[in-house]
Amino acid sequence: MKQIAVISGKGGTGKTTITASFAALAHDIVIVDCDVDAATLHLLLHPQIVETQEFRGSKLAALDEAKCVKCGLCRDSCRFEAINDVFEVDPVLCEGCGVCAVVCLMGAMSFNERISGYAFISKTMYGTMSHARLNPGEANSGKLVTLVRHNARQIAEKENRKLILIDGPPGIGCPVIASLSGVDVGLVVTEPTMSGIHDFKRALQLLNHFHVLPFVCINMYDINRKNAERIVKFCEKNGVEVAGKIPFDPLVTEAMVAGKTVVEYSPESEVSREIVKLWDRVFHN
Amino acid sequence: MILSIASGKGGTGKTTVAVNLALSLKDVQLLDCDVEEPNVHLLLKPKINEEKPVYVSTPRVNEEICDHCGKCAEFCEYNALFVSPQKVLIFPELCHSCGGCAIVCPKHAIIEEKRQIGTIKMGVAGSVELVYGELSVSEPMPGPVIKAVKTQIKGNKTVIIDSPPGTSCPVIESVYKSDYCVLVAEPTPFGLHDLKIMVEVLDKIKIPFGVVINRAGIGDKKLYEYCEDKETPILLEIPFQRRIAELYSQGIPFTLEMPEWKERFQLLLKEIERRVGK
Repeated sequence: MKQIAVISGKGGTGKTTITASFAALAHDIVIVDCDVDAATLHLLLHPQIVETQEFRGSKLAALDEAKCVKCGLCRDSCRFEAINDVFEVDPVLCEGCGVCAVVCLMGAMSFNERISGYAFISKTMYGTMSHARLNPGEANSGKLVTLVRHNARQIAEKENRKLILIDGPPGIGCPVIASLSGVDVGLVVTEPTMSGIHDFKRALQLLNHFHVLPFVCINMYDINRKNAERIVKFCEKNGVEVAGKIPFDPLVTEAMVAGKTVVEYSPESEVSREIVKLWDRVFHN
Repeated sequence: MILSIASGKGGTGKTTVAVNLALSLKDVQLLDCDVEEPNVHLLLKPKINEEKPVYVSTPRVNEEICDHCGKCAEFCEYNALFVSPQKVLIFPELCHSCGGCAIVCPKHAIIEEKRQIGTIKMGVAGSVELVYGELSVSEPMPGPVIKAVKTQIKGNKTVIIDSPPGTSCPVIESVYKSDYCVLVAEPTPFGLHDLKIMVEVLDKIKIPFGVVINRAGIGDKKLYEYCEDKETPILLEIPFQRRIAELYSQGIPFTLEMPEWKERFQLLLKEIERRVGK
């Protein structure tokens, strides 16, 4: 079983647009949306949810006021400053570590799991999809990504699928790292802007660190050809293949508004032809 | 006043708004809290005066004292320790530095040591004071670096915080305790979808907000309908213009080349100040 992840470093470079088109082009796949806190792949693939799981990602401290003697040990021991002077727990700052419960001499602090989101297994026209929704503002997105990927591998085994296609989150932190473990190929989607260049280099370093075979796609390459050329040169120098260059085209937004993948919305467009070529390169590496 | 710029969806123009707003004002401090992929410095090109490493504490076990009872691993909510009969394995990237393992160890065999996970940099570009953080590549936890950036806040200035994309913990860390939040959204289905989640986040942590629409003219009208329906103010619209996109691609803040925009950003701040009551 092969796993391909689409990442970017910088947000808004076109990961989901490209992943959705890949899903429409591929066969025998399981699709995963690892951008669990701002998931949008479902807006293009229209999954029908068949199974919902509660995600209990973290715990939250709760004080039993009847037992509390206001000694302040919990407050002073909390490294996250989540307990204030009147011994209220701030659910935003609490990281659920459990230190306050351990230091409390009165047994007044308890820990309860909280539901931090939901994982879904769904049917789409293109194959089974594993995705999730982290409740707004919750922590531990990396854990939820791990759950979503675990579900995807189980589905792939059950359905005997050869490929898992992953839409990754932006950035290079915990949910991205969780999206990359055990992945064979990482496609970095970038754009020819100063920010795009800066961010894709860091994304490449991350792939390198985790020994994932990198490919690069320059999206909207024609908004700054000089920068696009700089990206190509950098990749050549570092032995990374630029597997695709996609032009800027308002069609992409039109397809999004129509709720369709670009390759289905406008199969004859240059954007679609480039995505088909890109898929061919990334898939048959 | 502390004003944060956030979006949910990535690439909607948070940094563009943060930088151009800062360049239009006086006495302003700009904090780039997108420490996974900081970009503000690419546009501002500041002179860096100071750098500080960001450390977190992680446990170290004295194997001579440790009897491998396993209480530390049992306690750790983040699976950062694994105790075998012979050895304790520590996974520093998973550690949240809560200090609990050292507290629960009956043999006092655990001490904490510093580990660098990133850097913060302080500099100046014209009249803008800039602070930004950089998480080291392969480190998973941006939180402590964001916190370190925010320790540099100067209360007597207008503080602008550029947040990372998403709606989870790094975003909360960045926008927390702001007086107001500007949500930058593009008028597309993806933009609207992620804006709605961000609105839930801000309602939960009780920060007032308004919307700046970037790339106005693309997509559809649903974002406008949503704002009207929810009585969310649209504070400013930045049209989709090839010129603005080109300048951004070259790393040039568009107010420098299109100075007529400075006044609009000044009015944006005035409107926010009016709403906050400061």
